[in-house]
Amino acid sequence: MHELAIAMGIVEAATEEGQRRGVRVSAVHLRLGALSGVVKDALVSAYQVACGDSPLAGSRLIVEDVPVVILCPKCKDDKTLISLQSFTCPDCGTPTMNIVRGKELEVFALEVEDEEVPR
Amino acid sequence: MREPRLVEVRRNVLKQNDVIARALREQFQAAGVFVVSLVSSPGSGKTALLEKILTQLQPQYRVAALVGDLATENDAIRLARSKAPVRQITTGTLCHLEAAMVQRALQGWELNQLDYLFIENVGNLVCPSSYDLGEGLRLVLMSVTEGEDKPLKYPTIFNSSDVAVITKNELAAAVEFDWEAARQRIESVRPGMQIFRLSAKTGEGMQGFQDFLAQRLAEHRALAHP
Repeated sequence: MHELAIAMGIVEAATEEGQRRGVRVSAVHLRLGALSGVVKDALVSAYQVACGDSPLAGSRLIVEDVPVVILCPKCKDDKTLISLQSFTCPDCGTPTMNIVRGKELEVFALEVEDEEVPR
Repeated sequence: MREPRLVEVRRNVLKQNDVIARALREQFQAAGVFVVSLVSSPGSGKTALLEKILTQLQPQYRVAALVGDLATENDAIRLARSKAPVRQITTGTLCHLEAAMVQRALQGWELNQLDYLFIENVGNLVCPSSYDLGEGLRLVLMSVTEGEDKPLKYPTIFNSSDVAVITKNELAAAVEFDWEAARQRIESVRPGMQIFRLSAKTGEGMQGFQDFLAQRLAEHRALAHP
């Protein structure tokens, strides 16, 4: 269970980015690779805890799952892996470890609102 | 009226760890020390293998070890019997080692006085896979008593490791370990993965494993000083 540590990293990164822009963050968009070693459901639960009373309290974590994509040496093309249990090209069956995508653990966007300026 | 809008940021959540791991890797390369980390579930025999290999390597090589554990220092005490310098990293409740912990634990050690540094991760087949420690080689251990399907249950840790080591081979017959099934499953989650099969208790397979480490050390140094 390292999801809480990861969630705290996400909150820290998003808080920093929000403060730098002078905006309030209402949602964090995360790309989560199937090979990241992080469990999505556990991460989403941990996120609420990690927000605590930080500036991100009440914000949402929106997770985009990134499947593993391999470069098949035979088809010479990117292919999406069907199962983590079998690192073979789904079309021709060639085994490969040429991983193109699937290890992502990346905050890629924030939904933000401008802070209200007191008149 | 406040309008929500989307801004692109693109930040790797583990960037801090990756930056430290990269710095460590450069430091290890410059010092000429070959760093081997070990991951496995609890009780797979990481400490037993380490005790054996530290003892076996010592007449010829300068070796040291860092050992991660949740609460106790028992592993460090066991490894100290090999007479190699050993430091314990107690992680508290944390289920894995991070690059910063390795960096802190190495303070004061003269890495250029070492040939091998071993890092024993916390016994866990999930969390360590996310964290690069700057190692040159990651071993994933699996004991014959755990059965053959660990690779299918934990593909990510096998995927993030370089070499698999089947341990406690002296018990293989007693637990009817199906070597061919294990081999196929490892191959399925990580095509081309090299596998060692050994017993730290009887010494079976240990010489081959040591020869492999010696070869990797030589390659590591050739790369550093071509």
